[in-house]
Amino acid sequence: MHDLNDFRLETRDWLENHCPQSMRIPVVEEKEKYYGGRRSSYYSDDQRTWVESMISKGWVAPTWPREYGGGGLSKEQEQVLKEELSAIKARSPIFSSMGLSMIGPAILEFGSEELKREHLPKMIRGEIRWCQGYSEPNSGSDLAGLQTRAEDFGDHFIVNGQKVWTSSADKSDWMFCLVRTDFESGKHFGISLVLFDMESTGVTVRPIKLISGASPFCETYLDNVKVEKKQVVGEINKGWTIAKYLLTHERQNIGDIGNIARTQTLSEEAVDSLGLRDGQLSDSSLRTEIAEWEIDYECHQLTMERVNLEIKSSGVGNTSAMLKYYGTELNKRRHELEMSIHGGAALGWGEDSIARPWLRSKGNSIEGGTSEIQLNIISKRILGLG
Amino acid sequence: MELLLNQEESMVRDSAIEFLNTHAGPSLHRELRDGNSSRGYSDSLWDHMIDLGWPAVLVSEDYGGLGFSHVAMGQISEQVGSFLASSPLFASSILGVSVLEHSGTEQQKKDLLPSIAAGELFLTLAIDEAPRHNPELINCKAEKNGSDYLLSGVKHYVVDGHISDNLIVSAKTSNNQVTKNSTTLFIVPTASEGVEITRVPMVDSRNSSTVVLENVLLGEHQILGGVGNGHNILSIILDIANTHLAAELLGISIESFRRTLSYLKERKQFGVNIGSFQALQHRAATLWSEIELCKSIVLKALRSLDEPSLSTPRLASSAKAKTCRIAALATNEAVQMHGGIGMTDEFDIGFFLKRARVAQLLFGDQRFHTKRFSELSGF
Repeated sequence: MHDLNDFRLETRDWLENHCPQSMRIPVVEEKEKYYGGRRSSYYSDDQRTWVESMISKGWVAPTWPREYGGGGLSKEQEQVLKEELSAIKARSPIFSSMGLSMIGPAILEFGSEELKREHLPKMIRGEIRWCQGYSEPNSGSDLAGLQTRAEDFGDHFIVNGQKVWTSSADKSDWMFCLVRTDFESGKHFGISLVLFDMESTGVTVRPIKLISGASPFCETYLDNVKVEKKQVVGEINKGWTIAKYLLTHERQNIGDIGNIARTQTLSEEAVDSLGLRDGQLSDSSLRTEIAEWEIDYECHQLTMERVNLEIKSSGVGNTSAMLKYYGTELNKRRHELEMSIHGGAALGWGEDSIARPWLRSKGNSIEGGTSEIQLNIISKRILGLG
Repeated sequence: MELLLNQEESMVRDSAIEFLNTHAGPSLHRELRDGNSSRGYSDSLWDHMIDLGWPAVLVSEDYGGLGFSHVAMGQISEQVGSFLASSPLFASSILGVSVLEHSGTEQQKKDLLPSIAAGELFLTLAIDEAPRHNPELINCKAEKNGSDYLLSGVKHYVVDGHISDNLIVSAKTSNNQVTKNSTTLFIVPTASEGVEITRVPMVDSRNSSTVVLENVLLGEHQILGGVGNGHNILSIILDIANTHLAAELLGISIESFRRTLSYLKERKQFGVNIGSFQALQHRAATLWSEIELCKSIVLKALRSLDEPSLSTPRLASSAKAKTCRIAALATNEAVQMHGGIGMTDEFDIGFFLKRARVAQLLFGDQRFHTKRFSELSGF
């Protein structure tokens, strides 16, 4: 049995030799992030060194089996690795969460051996970038009401329909997609999860311009797209179970949203912008609101930490809906306060605009299940109200 | 693990729940209130607490105590909130013990701590002079009289004042305008000449007193923590007080919510459980989320009392501010969601509302602590 402390020392040593200094400072601009995929390129030589080292070590997917290119680490070793990575503030080698933290774990849990061999190694090597085909124009919160049809043609399906709010579909190579394969049964029972190449005939992608001016989401049109049956994850018509599993993952990712590296706390930003009078922020009502926000923020951070520890020690956890709900509402509050702190200066529409991220934050409590849906989940599954 | 209970702490928590579940609760509280108990708590409950060693939890082993952590004591504080258990635990076994452990002389500790740990001697803090908490507003004066002092002034909202044997009183020992160096703490036996204590009936039916001090003669040995150090000592003791009050408020919030949730599942209107209405479901879900957040900050603040650092005061104020806000929400929502029955004296939910408000205001409410959080954070 490998001693955990030895592992820590080896890991520390390996990171010291393989993580370049420039990969130990927080990402400032979006273009510095590496997402992988057919259209990706490295931003710098240091980035190439770092990403390739982590890939060959299998540490972009630390606990996945070695046979698929993963790190083969235990949960405890993964925790040690995380601690050592965060101790040197190492950047995430591959930022794309849709492959490594969404469909990857689902394929591992529910997929056939053939699917695992086909997709997991490419995901780990950063060769294929994934996107998620869930929402449709007529099914947002009511996701299970989706109408994209996959008709059975023996060894394959022919898929027709439209997906919307597909994150980065225009930059992705493969999609995992919820489709209806049984048109008679109740709405939760006829859904399957299928995988297909975005370069397939009949796939059209159109970016959606948001109120913030950016286009992180797309519409995806599916017109007689051929999907081989071996690309179904799990059983046909049983896709809703996997969809729910994935939604829990997504909630956790979004709940963590306020947690990106910032150089200043909200109160420091306010002090810089508004100044102090007798040691107090010159606007007393903003001062109160900022303090309340910072207290709530700390409470939320601590709760994520506490819940993770509880899950590790007892295996029980049902808090992802709460953390998603609270985290996104907090992030919206933060941006509202930032707008007030900077006043007229926040209203500009330049590249470093404060208004753009404020506008973008409005989507936080909509994407991945609205706040109202999260409150429904808490009421029904945790509180037993029905 | 910082945000998990260890074995000892879990044991204290489990035994507190088991014990208070059989020996305390709203009906005992109602009995005490309706019986106009002169001491304001149940002697037999207190005897049981002594048997369990609760008054000794925070006293170090050198003075006959158990030397447990604040996290352990905090588990008791939380359950005291859930079960509405009034006793001298907060004033004497938490505040009295902490102030002596922190700044008592060897002699003072030897004289007082063993009897406090045994549950035989009661102490309390007498510091507030105005309706809203402000430890820096002090008109109480201790004037030098040879090597002695003459203490005069009035203190309000003294928890358990009329049953205490000794008061810890804050007073000015110099005319210096800066409170920081002019405040001194004194140990004042309530039996001293010139001390007059009047019990004041409060909304939560617990013990609160007004203390009038008139030329009370005090020797130098009754100074606690040195002349002019009162302000510094108090800020540490008040962090302890507010963190344990936060734990109590957490307990009150959890129990009010638990009772409300079961009412939502049993009360029928329009032929269905009212808990099937989304208007109530979302409020319940929001409240549950807020209470989860309170659990984390309370545990973090308690941990920080055991391992003091520069962030201890900020965490204490965060915990008190947050639990004040959520206990107010939880108890207000409890009454509203219970509807008419929640307004009746016969129903227990009102007790939680009443106790929450007193615990909120004691040693600073949400506004006081949000402001203090800003000051401690440099804005």
